[in-house]
Amino acid sequence: MDFTRLAINRRTALMTSAAIAASVINPLRAFAQETPRKGGVFNVHYGAEQRQLNPSIQASTGVYIISGKIQENLVDLDADGKPVGVLAESWEASPDGKTVTFKLRKGVTWHDGKPFTSADVAFTAMNMWKKILNYGSTLQLFLTAVDTPDAHTAVFRYERPMPLNLLLRALPDLGYISARHVYESGEIRQNPANLAPVGTGPFKFVKYERGQYVMADRNPDYWRPNAPYLDRIVWRVITDRAAAAAQMEAGELHYSPFSGLTISDMARLSKDKRFVVSTKGNEGNARTNTLEFNFRRKELSDVRVRRAVAHAINVPFFIDNFLGDFAKLGTGPIPSTSTDFYPGANTPQYPYDKAKAAALLDEAGYKAGSGGTRFSLRLLPAPWGEDISLWSTFIQQSLSEVGITVEIVRNDGGGFLKQVYDEHAFDLATGWHQYRNDPAVSTTVWYRSGQPKGAPWTNQWGWQDPRVDQTIDDAATEVDPAKRKALYANFVKEVNTELPVWMPIEQIFVTVISAKARNHSNTPRWGSSSWHDLWLSA
Amino acid sequence: MRILRLAGRRLAASIPTLALILIGVFLLLQFAPGDTVDAMMAQMGGGDAATAKQLREFYGLDLSIPAQLGNYLWRLIRLDLGFSSIYGKPVASVILERLPPTILLMTASLSFAFFFGIVFGVIAARGVNRWPDTLISILGLIFYATPSFWFGLMAIVVFSIYLQWLPAGGFENIGLVQSGIWRTLDIARHLVLPTLTLGLIFLAIYLRIMRASMLEVLNLDYVRTARAKGLDETRIVIRHVLRNALLPMVTLIGLQAGTMLGGSVVVESVFSLPGLGRLAYESVVQRDLNTLLGIVFVSALLVIIVNFAVDLVYARLDPRIAAEG
Repeated sequence: MDFTRLAINRRTALMTSAAIAASVINPLRAFAQETPRKGGVFNVHYGAEQRQLNPSIQASTGVYIISGKIQENLVDLDADGKPVGVLAESWEASPDGKTVTFKLRKGVTWHDGKPFTSADVAFTAMNMWKKILNYGSTLQLFLTAVDTPDAHTAVFRYERPMPLNLLLRALPDLGYISARHVYESGEIRQNPANLAPVGTGPFKFVKYERGQYVMADRNPDYWRPNAPYLDRIVWRVITDRAAAAAQMEAGELHYSPFSGLTISDMARLSKDKRFVVSTKGNEGNARTNTLEFNFRRKELSDVRVRRAVAHAINVPFFIDNFLGDFAKLGTGPIPSTSTDFYPGANTPQYPYDKAKAAALLDEAGYKAGSGGTRFSLRLLPAPWGEDISLWSTFIQQSLSEVGITVEIVRNDGGGFLKQVYDEHAFDLATGWHQYRNDPAVSTTVWYRSGQPKGAPWTNQWGWQDPRVDQTIDDAATEVDPAKRKALYANFVKEVNTELPVWMPIEQIFVTVISAKARNHSNTPRWGSSSWHDLWLSA
Repeated sequence: MRILRLAGRRLAASIPTLALILIGVFLLLQFAPGDTVDAMMAQMGGGDAATAKQLREFYGLDLSIPAQLGNYLWRLIRLDLGFSSIYGKPVASVILERLPPTILLMTASLSFAFFFGIVFGVIAARGVNRWPDTLISILGLIFYATPSFWFGLMAIVVFSIYLQWLPAGGFENIGLVQSGIWRTLDIARHLVLPTLTLGLIFLAIYLRIMRASMLEVLNLDYVRTARAKGLDETRIVIRHVLRNALLPMVTLIGLQAGTMLGGSVVVESVFSLPGLGRLAYESVVQRDLNTLLGIVFVSALLVIIVNFAVDLVYARLDPRIAAEG
């Protein structure tokens, strides 16, 4: 399945502005005509500074956007979304799924000149992925050892079967390698290299001025021939979204990744020929908007009430009027961009139907009292994006029409996570669910029971379904890809029926990039990828 | 010597205030839901409970609140501001890095507002109720009513995007390595728009105060005496009126030095400057208690120093104050 085609079809069908459609195709056409040019400085908008930059111990786009160019992963995704070797050249799983063997690339050196070997892979996997890396520690829970029979072979041994397609789809994000000789002594979290990364990638770290910029220069000894093209990348710290849009226009920035500008600025710049505004290149970072129900509230523990809430909200109207072309109707926890697992829309759905919502509420025993009110709820929106804020207001107004009063309680990031996932002080909550190419990475934890209290973005709803738990567990260790897909289709059907969390909107991050950039957005996780082939036209 | 004694007395008097402020901020931040580990999880996009527990021990958050406060105050007595959890290094060095842009911006915009406030205030007072006065008063009102983030963005649109005269943001040009006078000029170029943005609101206040104060002094008896002596108007204004009219302006500077530190969060964000305001905002969102308390501590010190300087200036402008003090 071709992601490009998917994005363009949807786009051309929806876009009122022909300019955007042209600009999506434009770089491809330009590429066919021009020969790559060496040199140039690429300026990137960096919206939220992280505490550290090592992708082997922190899985987040805020880290990949920088260190994805400096450190490399074992595998990445190619233009079609298929795993392709980076530091690994080939891989093979044993029939029982308990051993995965990676053959590593030869002749690769770290930026400090030392050779890259299987010892680096073993060290990173056992000490960083398994112990520190968020999501990595869950993925590698049953990893028992990494054997290194020679300098270019790493054998991963698992206690339980590890589906190869799960591992290969998770490793682009959760498979960055750090140098053993840099990290082997001392506390990993406090290693100075976390803020001055040493890698094997096409760009070498130069300088990080906190609050201002990060700088990396071309690695002349990079293992890919003739790469990279750029001389330098500068990530500029700009926290104000409107100011970032102004700097794009002033020509001081080339690229604002991951929906870094306001919805209105992205729509405005999409009509400007100097920029390309598109969701292409972000298919690997799909997310869904959620509505999370707290089962500790008597009303919400009744499935009829949850369904009524879903029926009361006109999602297509909301998308058309508030999110525009950058979002589409969702059908459940596995988004349609996930070609390997998307089960189709043939699962229980809850189209807008106010009368049905009212009937369901009546049936559940919550008749409208005086003034038409049935009961009231507290809704906690996450502060991550303006779409969540708009969506929570829309929920509030929609539910008031069926007699449910909603009070919106706003918090900042830390406050939101604490109140929802630790103190359970919410009735409804809404935020984003990030889908990371395979449901076992960060999706099924939203539904699997037994999540420790306080773990963010997990099942903290007070809801438990043994059948769903069983499906999730079976799928996580099923090595046959066809059977896994069927299990996940079954999983979506079950959770859409019970509806502990409703995921009715799908979004892909939006890229705003200078029309001078070439070879950009050519993989499903391009913003995070190494940019070894990116170049700037004159 | 007398100045040193005065300074010592002032500092001693402000220590209880400082302690109260620090304890207050510490307790206030305890009321905010979530701690720095929650904020970190939010930033990372998730993690498991075991990781969170490890991190809480790492940051010393597993202790009780009174124990944390006690630790903090005890460290402070030894002049140790602690360790910043978002920056991973001592708070003192984090603040020291951010102090120069803030002080530069604050000094530049205060001087700008003070100087032009005096000039426009005098012009307005001398032409009271005629067109210069009306024009200046209307402009002042417009500056005062304009939100600074909007003003900053509009300045970027006009001067950086359309005219391309000035950079749209940042503290200095990072593409070129510069030194000496060229670096100074480059930083100055980057600070023109932020200074204007931050200074214009204060300019509006200063010119109104100056105008009112001038009008008041101009009606005093000794001014009439000076006129009766046959002095010309310019001489009267400069030698006799200005000096006395300046007192309320000096008071205002002392008060506003503190406001400027806080007010620059917006300007620093719009112009992507690495200043204290943005650091403070970030440490609240990230629940980095040590850094926030460090900033409060340093800002309070700055305000105390500025107010002390203001008192010294008072004494120079009006010898009666020094005689009584």
